[in-house]
Amino acid sequence: MTRLLAWLYLLLAYGFILLPVGALVLFSFQDGRLPVPPFQGVSLRWYADVLGDRDLMAALLNSALVASGSSAVACALGFLAAYGLARHVLPGAALLRAILVLPLAVSTLIVGLGLLIVASRLGVGLSLWTAGMGHVVINLPLCFAILYASMGDQQRNAERAARDLGASEGQVIRLVTVPMLRPALVAAFFLSVTLSWDEFIVSFLLTRFDVTLPVEIWSMLRSGLSPRLNAIGSLVFLVSIAVVAAVELVLRPGRRP
Amino acid sequence: MTAPVTLDRVAHSFGPHRALGDIRLEIAAGEYVVLLGPSGCGKTTLLSILGGFVRPDQGRVLIGGRDVTAVPPARRPTTTVFQDYALFPHMTLRDNVGFGLRMAGVARARRHEAADRQLALVGLEGAGGKRPHELSGGQRQRVALARALAVEPEVLLLDEPLGALDLKLRRSMQDELKAIQRRVGTTFVHVTHDQEEAMAIADRIVVMNAGRIEDQGPPDRVYRRPASLFAAGFMGEMNRIPARRGPAGVETPLGPLPVAVPGDAARLTLCLRPEALRDGSGAWDLGPARVGDLAFFGTHFRAHLIPERAPDLRLVAHLPPDRAPDSVLRLAVDPAELSIFPEEVP
Repeated sequence: MTRLLAWLYLLLAYGFILLPVGALVLFSFQDGRLPVPPFQGVSLRWYADVLGDRDLMAALLNSALVASGSSAVACALGFLAAYGLARHVLPGAALLRAILVLPLAVSTLIVGLGLLIVASRLGVGLSLWTAGMGHVVINLPLCFAILYASMGDQQRNAERAARDLGASEGQVIRLVTVPMLRPALVAAFFLSVTLSWDEFIVSFLLTRFDVTLPVEIWSMLRSGLSPRLNAIGSLVFLVSIAVVAAVELVLRPGRRP
Repeated sequence: MTAPVTLDRVAHSFGPHRALGDIRLEIAAGEYVVLLGPSGCGKTTLLSILGGFVRPDQGRVLIGGRDVTAVPPARRPTTTVFQDYALFPHMTLRDNVGFGLRMAGVARARRHEAADRQLALVGLEGAGGKRPHELSGGQRQRVALARALAVEPEVLLLDEPLGALDLKLRRSMQDELKAIQRRVGTTFVHVTHDQEEAMAIADRIVVMNAGRIEDQGPPDRVYRRPASLFAAGFMGEMNRIPARRGPAGVETPLGPLPVAVPGDAARLTLCLRPEALRDGSGAWDLGPARVGDLAFFGTHFRAHLIPERAPDLRLVAHLPPDRAPDSVLRLAVDPAELSIFPEEVP
């Protein structure tokens, strides 16, 4: 009886999480003009429509560029900050760490507005670059926190051993620190990519002519519901799944202790 | 390669805590020195100073006559075997062992050859392609040793290298360490808190306590004739008999003893190893004693004794294993086995 209840609960929980996504994907194949029940038959025309839409494809490419670029920068900066704070005794280290992680607690709307004000003050035109900077601001705390937590004693001792054996600081980082941190670096990078890929508010505030995919979808939404939106949503979802799968593959257990 | 080491008036503090004070130590080239002491005695700090990981507040470190006090670890003729091995988990054993040579700019083929040779030296022939996580604790220990030896250091530093191994493996690795040291001839400085380990491998034991050197010398001398009460207690089990200076030597609850005592302390402590107590007659007669708890240890019977002359005193004796001792013994001691120190003020 309790077993049955447990299964029922599991089913309900997963249903709650996955039903909206399922409905989105299902009605992306809708052979009709509205993505609402009843389901009128399977068609791929919305996918053809979406893939043939030059603006949409440009936005998709922009999103990929901003996501990968901003994540790489956030990872690099996060790594340097974590290495410095984990390996050297600095005055006010606890305060520095707190400030680095603080943006996690600030609403993205505030971050976006702040950057918008700064950009306009400095006379910097809005573009994918400013959106990318915004995403670095959002993702840096996360990258820093993941990498900082991974720089444990085992790692510190291996670095010490490398130095003892004649490695310069650069060689220590290149040959020991980064390779040992690879799982954390991969995790931080792809987590940043998925967050940046879905991010709307900062992208919306900090782009103008070239926009990212969520912003493009937003402008499409204003002209009403259409199975096109479901199709593009399904594609976005597919990309996210692919990224997660890639992480699992790279970090699959058994390759490392 | 090998070189002598000189520590000249080395002192170091961590904040208000004085970790080392005025350490003077000469280590000969090719010597196997063990720094022995309880945790917090400064032995690991001393090793870190030798390796260059800690720069002492005062004093100089000379290796092979060269002042290396300010030389960083990478450019010192020392390498360290770390307590947790600190192997590089992402590299094969061959790359681990060859790492130091790679840093020295040795070509790949030559350093692989050297790494394989070092792995063979520590009994891991043909394992060069494995990774550290495939090895047992003892094998990792050997790889750490091979890695540190591969760059042919003048001085090898070992930081509690056997601490993580089980007792049996530790005893066999001790013999192996000693054999490897004899073969390569490098000066070894080894830190441990295990006095049996120290006695098994050291040419010279340096007993440390609270940042000072309490005693140093060959294992048998430090064990049998310790220079301080602390060294006496740390080197193994010890019977402590309270005593006072008397007109004709020392007076103890077990009777007077006609020995000359240097110094002028009135209250003394007599130290007596359990194996120095014998059943029968000897130069110093302690009178009869009742045998309390008795346990067989293979090499000896360990007996708790209650001497009749001082029923409050408890002595521990190691008695011959060939037959169980009688319930009452007649205790005797050779005064040469005694060490006498001023009483420790608590």
